[in-house]
Amino acid sequence: MSHRQLSEQEAQEKSSELRTYLWGFGLALVLTLIPFGLAAYTQTAARTLYIVIAVCAVIQVVVHFRFFLHITLARNKREDLQLILFTVLILTIMVGGTLWILFNLYYRMMPAMLP
Amino acid sequence: MTATPSRHPGLNLGHAHGDAHEASEEFVFGFWVFMMSDLILFGLLFATYVTMLGGTAGGPGPGELFELKSAFIETMLLLVSSFTFGMASLALKYRTDRKVLVAWLLVTLLLGLGFLAHELYDFHKMFTEGGVPSRSGFLSAFFALVPLHGLHVTGACIWLIALLGQIAVHGLDTPTKTGLMRLAILWHFLDVVWIGIFSLVYLGGIV
Repeated sequence: MSHRQLSEQEAQEKSSELRTYLWGFGLALVLTLIPFGLAAYTQTAARTLYIVIAVCAVIQVVVHFRFFLHITLARNKREDLQLILFTVLILTIMVGGTLWILFNLYYRMMPAMLP
Repeated sequence: MTATPSRHPGLNLGHAHGDAHEASEEFVFGFWVFMMSDLILFGLLFATYVTMLGGTAGGPGPGELFELKSAFIETMLLLVSSFTFGMASLALKYRTDRKVLVAWLLVTLLLGLGFLAHELYDFHKMFTEGGVPSRSGFLSAFFALVPLHGLHVTGACIWLIALLGQIAVHGLDTPTKTGLMRLAILWHFLDVVWIGIFSLVYLGGIV
C-alpha cells in the first residue's frame, strides 16, 4: 500500500476522529471503573449499587454507540438511527413483556422464584 | 464531525477509497440490520436470565460462582480490543501504512483470544465447583447467554484471521476493506453486549 500524503482537510479529519476514539475509550474506562470500584472496595448499600451499575451501563452503551460506532443525530444518517431506535422499541416490548408476565406468574403461583 | 458527507453510519472510508467507499454503503447498512436482529436475540436471553435468577434449585448461585476480578480482567481485555480495532479502522481509512494496520489488527486479535482464554478458564472453574448447565434453570440461562457471546467473539476472531489472510494474499482491495469495516461494527457491537453481561450478570450477581 502506498504511503499517501494527507491533505490538510484529511489531516484535520484524522485528528478529530482519533480524538473521538480517545474520548470514547476514556469515558468507557471511567464508566467501567466506577461500578467495579464501588463493588470491590466500598460497602455501598445494594440498592444504591444496583442503581449506579444500571446508570453507568446505560451511559456506557450510549458512549460506545456514539464514539466507537459513530451513531450521531446527524441528518444524513437518520435511517440507521431509526433502525436502531426501532430495534430498541421491539426489545422494550418483548423484554418488558417477558419480565412482566413471568414475574406476575411467579408472584401468583411460585413466590419462591421471586428475588 | 467529518467534512466528507457520510454514506452510512460509522467511520466512512471517504472518497480517496473510490470503489470501496461506494460499495460499503449497502454492505454496512445490511450488516447493521443483521447486528440489530442479533441484539434482539441477546436482549431476550438477558430477559430469560433475569427470570431464572431465582431458579437455582439448591445449586450454586451467582454469589458463589462469579468472581469480580476475572470479570474485570475480561471487561478490560474487550474494552481495549475495541479501542485497538478503532485504531485499525483509522489506519485503514488514512492508509498510514499497511504494517500499522496489520499491527493494530494483530493486537486486537491477541486481546480477543486473551478474552476467550480467560472466559474458558472461568467456565472450567465454574464446572469444577458444580456450576454445570444442567444443574439448574439459573445455570442453563447463564450458559445460554454468556457462552453465546463467547461464540460470537470466537467467530469474530476467525473472521479477523481470515481478513488478515486476505490482506496478505490480495492486498487491500475492495472486499477486504468492506470486510474490515463490517468486522469493526461486529467487534464494537460485541463490546456493547459485554457491557450488559458484566453489569447485569457479574456485577448484579455479586452485589
